[in-house]
Amino acid sequence: MSKDLVINDLHISVQGKPIIKGLNLSVKQGEIHALMGPNGSGKSTLANGLMGHPLYEIDSGEVIFSGVDVLELEANERAKLGLFLAFQYPTAIPGVTLANFLRLAVSAVRAKEGNGSDNDGLIPMREFRGELREKMRQLGVDDSFARRYLNDGFSGGEKKRAEILQLAMLEPKIAILDETDSGLDIDAVRIVGESVSQLIGPELGVLIITHYPRLLDYIRPQFVHILLDGNIVESGGWELAQMLEAEGYDPIREKYGIKEEQNGEV
Amino acid sequence: MQNGHFSKEFLQKIAATEPQWMREKRLEAYKVYESLPMPHTTEDDVWRRTVDMRTQDYWRRTRRYLRGLEVEKYHPSLPTNGGSPSETVGAGLPSPYAETAGVLVQVDGQRQHASDSEELKKKGVYFADLHTALQEQPELLRDYFMNKAVTLETGLKSGNIAQHNKFDALHGAFWQGGYLLHVPKGVSVEMPLRVYTRMSEADQADLSHTLIIAEEGSQVVVLEENASTTPDASGLHNGAVEIFAGQNANVTYVQVQRWNRYVWNFASHRAMVARDAHLCWVSATFGGRLNKLNQAAVLEGAGCTAQMLGLAFTDARQHLDVSTAQEHVSPHTSSDLLYRTVLKDRAQTAWGGNIYVYPEANYTDAYQKNDNLLLSERAHADTLPGLEIQAHEVRCTHGATAGKIDADQVFYLMSRGVSYAQAEKLIVDGFFEPVMERIPLESVREELSTSIARKLE
Ligand SMILES: Nc1ncnc2c1ncn2[C@@H]1O[C@H](COP(=O)(O)OP(=O)(O)O)[C@@H](O)[C@H]1O
Ligand SMILES: [Mg+2]
Repeated sequence: MSKDLVINDLHISVQGKPIIKGLNLSVKQGEIHALMGPNGSGKSTLANGLMGHPLYEIDSGEVIFSGVDVLELEANERAKLGLFLAFQYPTAIPGVTLANFLRLAVSAVRAKEGNGSDNDGLIPMREFRGELREKMRQLGVDDSFARRYLNDGFSGGEKKRAEILQLAMLEPKIAILDETDSGLDIDAVRIVGESVSQLIGPELGVLIITHYPRLLDYIRPQFVHILLDGNIVESGGWELAQMLEAEGYDPIREKYGIKEEQNGEV
Repeated sequence: MQNGHFSKEFLQKIAATEPQWMREKRLEAYKVYESLPMPHTTEDDVWRRTVDMRTQDYWRRTRRYLRGLEVEKYHPSLPTNGGSPSETVGAGLPSPYAETAGVLVQVDGQRQHASDSEELKKKGVYFADLHTALQEQPELLRDYFMNKAVTLETGLKSGNIAQHNKFDALHGAFWQGGYLLHVPKGVSVEMPLRVYTRMSEADQADLSHTLIIAEEGSQVVVLEENASTTPDASGLHNGAVEIFAGQNANVTYVQVQRWNRYVWNFASHRAMVARDAHLCWVSATFGGRLNKLNQAAVLEGAGCTAQMLGLAFTDARQHLDVSTAQEHVSPHTSSDLLYRTVLKDRAQTAWGGNIYVYPEANYTDAYQKNDNLLLSERAHADTLPGLEIQAHEVRCTHGATAGKIDADQVFYLMSRGVSYAQAEKLIVDGFFEPVMERIPLESVREELSTSIARKLE
């Protein structure tokens, strides 16, 4: 069965304020979509809502992922179905090493229903270590990463690479990358871009959220959508990204009569 | 098992075979005990935050004395001095006692098992239950026992608490059980010594006394574990710990408290640290109904250092009230305290920490931090760091935090596939990690991890 993500007429609000206003989008395995929009347009709200953050209230609409309405599911159940979100601002968890955490996460995601026979359901340490080392090498991540506390004291670039490493280990069906390129210098964007493009294949659908097109030089999307004020106002191909690159968001804003957000990015 | 009472008659019975001076000491303590009222937790400053969660409604802040406690209900026992070593040493002991230089097991105040390694004998280390020690090492006891560290009257700043402590007096009068460890000058004991103190019968009182004397240049590690053998036998622990780290000595003392949730726990712990000595002190609390712990390190000699690590996990209706003191008497001393507590359910904790720096104690370096992680809405942590500095050249930092488990952290972890329970456990383990990573013994870290995991089940 194909694991598509289908979003129908989705409304999300944050602290009582409507942010996403009737959004429709579908991402199939193997497809690459870019969702572009200015700061404050609701990109992260959509991403967090899709993953199930309790702060983001789903007012109406549906999100079907591999045939299941995921809106009733906890975040970990969504992850087990094969949904992944690389956060714009990954949370630091002091005292928890990346390796320890990732072993639990990988074990949880790979566990088959009714297959809880082995000790505590963890994948064997040797197997995990070997796989982690290999993935770290592929992504050009230093070995010491595994022993460091999750995102704690990480530079911006390190945080984003840790997200991509987790993406690589968890092998999701649909991955949402929320501004994985923001706050990085050109070199870091290249590293992240190349890392992600290594993971792309027929099994993985990607929704790249960004407000600059830089990352798209490394991962060329087949579909580009423009998000303005909580709705996708235009969808098209690569030419849309090129248009934004050349002209910015002002012409689009003007076209749809939407003023620039006062409060900006959160 | 002989069940005694907290009465003068029973005191006479305990003291019957003891030296005159000890008998007098007990009687004196008894007089103090009788003269003091039960602490009134609304009036006495030191007890203001002490709450028995089982009988009190904390939020109404009414009648907050130790209402649920009836001291008379608990029975001290008559020590069966030097009883035959038995191998039936109660539940939960690792067997054989791997990697230890000596083991002492005590159940309901009775010595059940004692073994010294060849190493201890060869090096002249004295390690025995306190009743045996009273026969064999009377001079040492007379010199140290409740004389210099945990005393009923003291000039120490951290001692103001003890002066008001009815429970120190009760301990002085009725102490039974515990041990003396004496490490001679220059002797280094490689393996840790292990002491297991158990309460098994209902309504038992445990009044164990720890006395550790590490002479000049010696080195020793002591691991002490207090636990109940049943989940519901009520009890009263009224203990004292006295540690003397002699000049240039290196002492590591770990106490893990795992009484069941029906044991009242009152204890005074004080360490005297001499010139250039180093003390590493780990205090872990998991059990108890109501815990009132006074813990003080007195940095008496110039150039000495003390590290105080605290780790506690309270749940259900447990209450933990800890007062810590870092008392800098001499110059060039440093102390470093880190206390981390996790609270679950309706648990309540209070931590009050003081750094005292005497006028002579220039070049003091003192650090103090208390952090609390609340896993439920109804848990509550009070934290009160304090400084009293009388010297001029001093570096002191202190801080305290109390916060609920972070929803963003939980979401982050869960979004990668782990369950809420797993996320919570990761965050709790991560929270304790700064304390854990400073504990120098792998076996202790493992035991603590097991206790933490059990609390989260
Ligand atoms: N955690 C939050 N708390 C309060 N407001 C938020 C939060 N997340 C988003 N918002 C609000 O939602 C709007 C859209 O923000 P966001 O989704 O972060 O936009 P983008 O990712 O496109 O920059 C902003 O106006 C912001 O005020
Ligand atoms: Mg955003």
